[in-house]
Amino acid sequence: MGAKVRRFGMKTCALTAVAMLASTPVFAQGQVEAAAAATRGQIIDLAGSWANRLHEDWIERAPGPHIGDYSGLPINDEARAYADLYQVSMQNMPERQCILYTSQYIVMGPQNLRIEPEVDPISGAIVALHMTGTVDRAPHTVWMDGRTHPSKNSPHSPGGFSTGVWQGGMVVAQTTHLKAGLVWRNGVPHSDQATITEYYARHGDMLTITMILTDPIYDEEPFIRNATFELDPQTRVLPEPCEPQVEIPRAPGVVPHYLPGENPYLNEVAETFNLPLEAVRGGAATTYPEYGKKLRSTYKPPAKCTVYCCGGTGLTVPNTNNAACREGDAPPNP
Amino acid sequence: MSRVNFAIATALLIALVAAQSVMAQTPQTPARGQGQGGRGGRGATPPEPPPTPRAGAAIDLTGNWVSVITEDWRWRMVTPPKGDYVSLPINAEAKKVADAWDAAKDTAAGDQCKAYGAPGLMRLPTRLRISWQDDTTLRVETDAGTQTRLLHFGDWKPPAGGPTRQGNTTAQWEMRQGRRGAPLPAPEQRFGNLKTVTTGLMPGYLRKNGVPFSEKTTLTEYWDLLRQPTGEQWIVITTVVEDPTYLTRTWITSLNFKKEANGSKWDPSMCEAS
Repeated sequence: MGAKVRRFGMKTCALTAVAMLASTPVFAQGQVEAAAAATRGQIIDLAGSWANRLHEDWIERAPGPHIGDYSGLPINDEARAYADLYQVSMQNMPERQCILYTSQYIVMGPQNLRIEPEVDPISGAIVALHMTGTVDRAPHTVWMDGRTHPSKNSPHSPGGFSTGVWQGGMVVAQTTHLKAGLVWRNGVPHSDQATITEYYARHGDMLTITMILTDPIYDEEPFIRNATFELDPQTRVLPEPCEPQVEIPRAPGVVPHYLPGENPYLNEVAETFNLPLEAVRGGAATTYPEYGKKLRSTYKPPAKCTVYCCGGTGLTVPNTNNAACREGDAPPNP
Repeated sequence: MSRVNFAIATALLIALVAAQSVMAQTPQTPARGQGQGGRGGRGATPPEPPPTPRAGAAIDLTGNWVSVITEDWRWRMVTPPKGDYVSLPINAEAKKVADAWDAAKDTAAGDQCKAYGAPGLMRLPTRLRISWQDDTTLRVETDAGTQTRLLHFGDWKPPAGGPTRQGNTTAQWEMRQGRRGAPLPAPEQRFGNLKTVTTGLMPGYLRKNGVPFSEKTTLTEYWDLLRQPTGEQWIVITTVVEDPTYLTRTWITSLNFKKEANGSKWDPSMCEAS
């Protein structure tokens, strides 16, 4: 009996050894290698809640841009024609209230950002970086597992389809399959053929996201925007549930808009800021220093500020129409 | 005999476990753009440190670059109206100073360059010409206002004397790959960023319409190099301004500059107060 037990033990040991021998190359070249390859270069951790401080583009990102203000946007005539017809009250139609802003709104909108890595439970590799949706911005997922982009005939979504790689201390992502959307909230569009190259660079507790949007339909040149967020565990990233409701009763089929040539507000921003109309109509040429030199020969700044003059960086809207700044306007950002 | 068999089996198992461990830790040939350090650094001969900051640069920032003003266009491309300090976390004292801004007075006093100090300069529409002045000094020139910033690596010490328009800047590469002691990858395979810290600044303007910064200002910048799949390159500078005199908190922005093929569009201009 004792010999049988010993023989059984021997056989078990031998079988186990053979099994391990057989499995070793598979394990080493399979899971471990894949995990190592996936995590190689992951020198930074992007996880957490990131606060949007709005220290630049405050008007465009917080209260929203002026009607007809396309300054700094490398757009073409098609985009201008589209934006000129836009009425913001279109957004409160029940059928349009829950249309989410697309992924480029991460750097164009006012909201905070939460990034949640999806970790493979076996290898520990980061499979994806999920950027949660918030308020009116679509969720955005960057797949880090080497998958390919879907067919060009696959459905598009506000979040698009993104794949990323670690490049040193940066994540570089490519986004395709976006639905058509708005670049600015005054109607400046991007098409469903737009793609985005995204760069996520962390420096200490700051995260700078750069998005370069390439749109063959509406842009003369790729459009670059940056936004820098601060890591802040106390920041709120509001959820994005949307329940459409009738906010303004309208007859069925009525869509707020202007017909071509009938938007009465297109000159407003140029007149308010003493700028030539062509300057605020955008275009790639207006974004380069030589355009500033051309403007300086004729431009005189208005004598004083008349719109949004209380300063500040918060989401509250300070004075408009030259009203006096009130106590509490423009609170210092936390 | 049974003891011998058991011992052989045990030894076999131990050997296999060891072999598995070794195989799992075998360093893979790193691909371009991925970490170069890998495993197995322990016990290896420490490599020689790079001889100079120039030779060991994490990224190549040299060349001709142009600011593409797609953000804050109305506050950067032209001088905004007096009292327009939106987006800036300034305090009441700063607003008082900004509300008293007088471009003609600055011009008369020979202070046309107050908006061209480092914290304001980089937000102006400008071209940059970046080159190595020597092995430890990166030179950043702007055609706007014809200014020069010197970024000093190593144990450089600021010279004695008062504050200057561009201040004293120390610089260091922040390598973002590999492990300490790993061999330095070839330049085209390096990733990382440049961190610079500037102090010793003369008081000046964050914006051309007189929004002030004080001599107590510290400017910290993180310079990243972005490589587009098209081959286009961009510098993005994450900029942090700290000023206990005029800011209620740090002012954080990010700027972008696109690489140009040559310096044919370099167009130096003098400082202008408005």
